[in-house]
Amino acid sequence: MNFSREDRVIYNDINLTVPRGKVTAIMGPSGIGKTTLLRLIGGQISPSSGSIKFNDQEFVGIGRKPLYKARRKMGMLFQSGAMFTELSVFDNIAFPIREHTDLPEAIIRKIVLMKLEAVGLRGAAQLFPSELSGGMARRAALARAIALDPDLIMYDEPFTGQDPISMGVIVRLIRELNDALGVTSIVVSHDVDEVLSIADYVYIVANKTVIAKGTPEELRQETSPQIVQFMQGKPDGPVPFHFPSEDYKKELFNNVD
Amino acid sequence: MLINSIRNIGRNGLSTVAGLGRAAFMLMGALRPSGRGLKILPLLIKQLYVVGVQSLIIIVVSGLFIGMVLSLQGYTILVGYGAEQSLGQMVSLSLLRELGPVVSALLFAGRAGSALTAEIGLMKATEQLSSLEMMAIDPLHQIVAPRFWAGVISLPLLAAIFSAVGIIGGHLVGVAWLGVDSGAFWSIMQASVEWQEDIVNGGIKSIIFAIVVTWIALHKGYDAVPTSEGISKATTSTVVQSSLAILGLDFILTAVMFG
Repeated sequence: MNFSREDRVIYNDINLTVPRGKVTAIMGPSGIGKTTLLRLIGGQISPSSGSIKFNDQEFVGIGRKPLYKARRKMGMLFQSGAMFTELSVFDNIAFPIREHTDLPEAIIRKIVLMKLEAVGLRGAAQLFPSELSGGMARRAALARAIALDPDLIMYDEPFTGQDPISMGVIVRLIRELNDALGVTSIVVSHDVDEVLSIADYVYIVANKTVIAKGTPEELRQETSPQIVQFMQGKPDGPVPFHFPSEDYKKELFNNVD
Repeated sequence: MLINSIRNIGRNGLSTVAGLGRAAFMLMGALRPSGRGLKILPLLIKQLYVVGVQSLIIIVVSGLFIGMVLSLQGYTILVGYGAEQSLGQMVSLSLLRELGPVVSALLFAGRAGSALTAEIGLMKATEQLSSLEMMAIDPLHQIVAPRFWAGVISLPLLAAIFSAVGIIGGHLVGVAWLGVDSGAFWSIMQASVEWQEDIVNGGIKSIIFAIVVTWIALHKGYDAVPTSEGISKATTSTVVQSSLAILGLDFILTAVMFG
């Protein structure tokens, strides 16, 4: 698949396969378009060329109705949580169920409470998103993402801005929900340790394409300088510390009278 | 220099046309049948409250003062010709034909229009619109359509209230303070105000202003750059463009209706 925004190439001949029922991580430096990749997978934007398939259904050129039908089988945890601020936590999670089913309110209540119990927030059902901490908001959003029992859950930078306890909780939840619900998970992140601790398979994306792939163990054995720099968080290497600039001494002393 | 100017004009022209195209697609998408039946009704009622009911205070207070000022100014002119008995006619025709639709639309753009833009812009910035899409719910149906219809329904009603309260304000100043005869105030007003010419035409103006202001406000929010600066610019742009559109359209409509 290729994707360009105006004249800028974001992805050049990128090829990924996400195995069913596994946690697949997509890692890479900031700004390379990892969130864009999730938006492409979800059909929110279309690639310039190539193919994107979900459950063997082609998303490129798909009509609005079949796309929306397919999306009912997808859940997405946004980086900001994207909770509806005017609705309580309970109503946020009930929202997709009310929109897409004709279930009676008593059943919806049970489903919502089960989803909240799964993320440990049953007691926060009546709170509003503004009353939640960052970690709680992320968990509530996760409960909403699994409200319709999707086949695929996409996590966009789920660990960003979380304290160690919240991060630990979310790491555990991603793994447990994946195994308990039998879903397929895609985690987009640049938090190497957290991602490698839960992923079954990892893609490292840089330079507009996949530069490495494999299990966490395989990637730890990688010797390519670019992979080593990313995995070990080294400040300088193939990705330079310094933004391209003219010679330091020349710039410092050139304009001195 | 000249080439740059021509290039800028071309770029701005293309950007304006592209913006109009996006606005048209947004409106068409919002007005397309959603197949959701009565599920839209609670959303519409909520927006009628937010957009319409919550604009009532500013409309009533402004209408009252504008009616009072009109009456005071009108009296000082009419009394010179011994025609102060026609004060009711002057106040009511000014309000029903022009000031009611125009000033209520300007106030609506400032209060409700800017709020709509900021709300939708923030929804975009906090990924709420994207999350709706990912839940297989069209944000144009869920967010834009109820707000559009709420604006189109609310503004003509607010303009009617504005004119009614303005006439009461005019009566207060003209009759209770300046001593114009109450019977003459009401009877000359009744005799001179035409249903089709004045009331219906004023209503048509209001409906057109409502469509334009709400459309601009929703599009600016939906198309906003999802940053604090982008939302700030979009909100300002809503008020400026809506105000100019109201005043420009008012001239055209007045020329067509009364010219």
